Amino acid sequence: MRKPITILVSIDSNSILLGARHFKNYLINRLEHYNLTELVDVLETGSLGRYDQGVLFLLLPDNKMYGIKDTNDIELFVEEQLLKGRPVKELIVEEIQTPKSVEAKKVTEEERIVLKRAGKIDPKNIEEYIAFDGYQGFAKALEMKPSEIVNELKASGLRGRGGAGFPTGLKWEFTMNVNAPEKFIICNADEGEPGTFKDRLIMEGDPHSVIEGMLIAGYTVGASKGYVYIRGEYFESVDNLRNAIAQAYEYGLLGENILDSGFSFDLTVRLGAGAYVCGEETALIESIEGKSGRPRLKPPYPPVKGLFQKPTVVNNVETFASVPAIVLKGAEWFKSFGTPSSPGTKVFSLCGNLVRRGIVEAPMGTTVADLIFKYGGGIEGGKMLKMVQTGGAAGTFIKADEINIPLDFDSFKNHGASLGSGVILAIDDSHCAVDVALNLMEFFAHESCGKCTPCREGTRLIVNILREFSKGRGTLEMLDNLYDIAYTMQNSAFCGLGQSVPVPLTSILDRFRDEFEAHIGADTCPVGVCRFDKKKKKARK
Amino acid sequence: MPSSKCEGHEKLYAELDSYINSVKDQPGVLINVLHRAQELFGYLSEETQQHVAEKLNLPLSQVYGVVTFYNFFSTKPKGKHQIKVCLGTACYVKGADRVLDRLKEELGVDLDEPTKDGDFSIHAVRCLGACSMAPVVLVGERDFYGKVTPDEVSKIIEKYKEE
Ligand SMILES: Cc1cc2nc3c(=O)[nH]c(=O)nc-3n(C[C@H](O)[C@H](O)[C@H](O)COP(=O)(O)O)c2cc1C
Ligand code: SF4
Ligand code: FES
Repeated sequence: MRKPITILVSIDSNSILLGARHFKNYLINRLEHYNLTELVDVLETGSLGRYDQGVLFLLLPDNKMYGIKDTNDIELFVEEQLLKGRPVKELIVEEIQTPKSVEAKKVTEEERIVLKRAGKIDPKNIEEYIAFDGYQGFAKALEMKPSEIVNELKASGLRGRGGAGFPTGLKWEFTMNVNAPEKFIICNADEGEPGTFKDRLIMEGDPHSVIEGMLIAGYTVGASKGYVYIRGEYFESVDNLRNAIAQAYEYGLLGENILDSGFSFDLTVRLGAGAYVCGEETALIESIEGKSGRPRLKPPYPPVKGLFQKPTVVNNVETFASVPAIVLKGAEWFKSFGTPSSPGTKVFSLCGNLVRRGIVEAPMGTTVADLIFKYGGGIEGGKMLKMVQTGGAAGTFIKADEINIPLDFDSFKNHGASLGSGVILAIDDSHCAVDVALNLMEFFAHESCGKCTPCREGTRLIVNILREFSKGRGTLEMLDNLYDIAYTMQNSAFCGLGQSVPVPLTSILDRFRDEFEAHIGADTCPVGVCRFDKKKKKARK
Repeated sequence: MPSSKCEGHEKLYAELDSYINSVKDQPGVLINVLHRAQELFGYLSEETQQHVAEKLNLPLSQVYGVVTFYNFFSTKPKGKHQIKVCLGTACYVKGADRVLDRLKEELGVDLDEPTKDGDFSIHAVRCLGACSMAPVVLVGERDFYGKVTPDEVSKIIEKYKEE
């Protein structure tokens, strides 16, 4: 039985850094002090995606959200709100008004799909998940024929949220149609894309939604074993997911003959070990097999020949978390969000020089401008927006005057801005394009797995050239050279990592060519960021 | 010392073995076992790798190949407290490089080399998935610090010196 008042403390890997654990303990201590423990329950919940107002306390049944920045705020909250019933206005957090964009339908909080429960339920308690529509999509799936589920998914237009946007229904259909005694389901939770932290917060805030999506996948394609491949550094995600899996076994939702349906499914967590390329699905499969995570030649594709050479469905965390609601509520409902070619919502990771950094779920087709100014609160410190990288490390750079682009799976084709994994990285005008490009390319050079020459050597050469620019020693030939290397990599690199390096590189070169040229033969970096090599300059004079 | 199995080490090996026995029938568990081993020993010495290879019935070359492929694994002892600075783009544009410079200055070492007393080492890492708290510093495996400014660096170091 719950007590009359509940306080949900939003605890996730980001809010812990704001002191969430400490605040929770402090709150409990204060409640004991005032003998309020009989009346008030303090529970943990997952991420609400906002961090700009401190740690969020959700007060129920009042449904008031408090932003707690220090222990004084807690004193005030307890003394005024709890003891005297007087809301503390200055600590109450306003909901962000969800923007309406031309094509996109308005999503109010109640219409969230993937983050519906995060921040509302205790992620460590399966009963709260079940009370909130949990495992009902799966229960409905068990009454359906696998082909009916595939058809529903195809009709919904759900496309993979891991970056490539492949239609999920079609992927499952391939695996369903292969006749094999053993098949696998893998959840790709490697999330190595710099700037992306959405999968982590889904797993921390609502781990059962991922398990439910994987169960539906297993039933649909005829697989009886699943793996969740999680980044080794994501301790909270690993803990929450392991705990959720144990509870699902306890409730008979995993294991043998689930809910007397004759369907059996086992689920295990596997840890990644810090290699970006392991997010690529075939490299990930190699890694689960216990080997170095170097990509395999495709075809054959995983849906036909994957883990241990068996048919394997690999999907992203957010993709799996979207499935239960689609099965439960139907394709038509899902299509009422987003754009015709990219239905549904997308979880965006907002980061960089923004006032409000965090995650937000918005309809597909929301513009970059809305994400930055309405959700992200604009640029911090009174500076100006200079550029935005959308989609992740392998995504495109766009200039400040291009941000009215709506983001969906077609926006790369139509507007040259990638959706990718949903990162919005805002960069203000104190940063230099050469320096930003160098930092990013050093990342790729470090993460190139070395299997093929175009990528291993290409990324090294790119870094060398950009270093020359950042020292004031760049030339026009070098610029041309960068384009040549990009062209070669795009056409001959072995896997998606090497093939996609040219996307950020050429987009920043195209858009900031004048800034690159202004580094040539100059005495100082035009933005004042790069440290030019003094010796060299003297030699030239 | 790492080369001879002293008493403390024997206990750790016993712990590792009991973990290995609980998972060794699953295919492809090598990486999970190495995670556990590094957690126990702090790094993966040749001896530890040899031990894992024998227990899992794998060629040493395969174990070595895997250990050197993944950033997470280390074959050399690091500082007692490893300070990892995220240089992912989101942290970089929030001044992670200045935090890194200050750390190097305060501890008087370059990247990946332990301090003379062996207490600290500094490492550059990729995005840690806490980008809203950029720039992010991680000490050891679990102590995260967010929105770190160069001036806070000495305070963070101090915390670990006292122990
Ligand atoms: C270098 C590289 C890194 C990738 N990293 C990830 C990742 O971290 N998470 C992810 O879900 N997909 C990642 N992908 C995409 C996967 O290969 C695959 O397309 C995806 O997991 C399929 O799931 P989806 O259809 O649900 O998106 C990456 C691809 C490449 C080439
Ligand atoms: S493109 Fe890069 S990451 Fe991919 S196989 Fe080649 S070297 Fe490895
Ligand atoms: S870029 Fe540093 S935590 Fe993501």
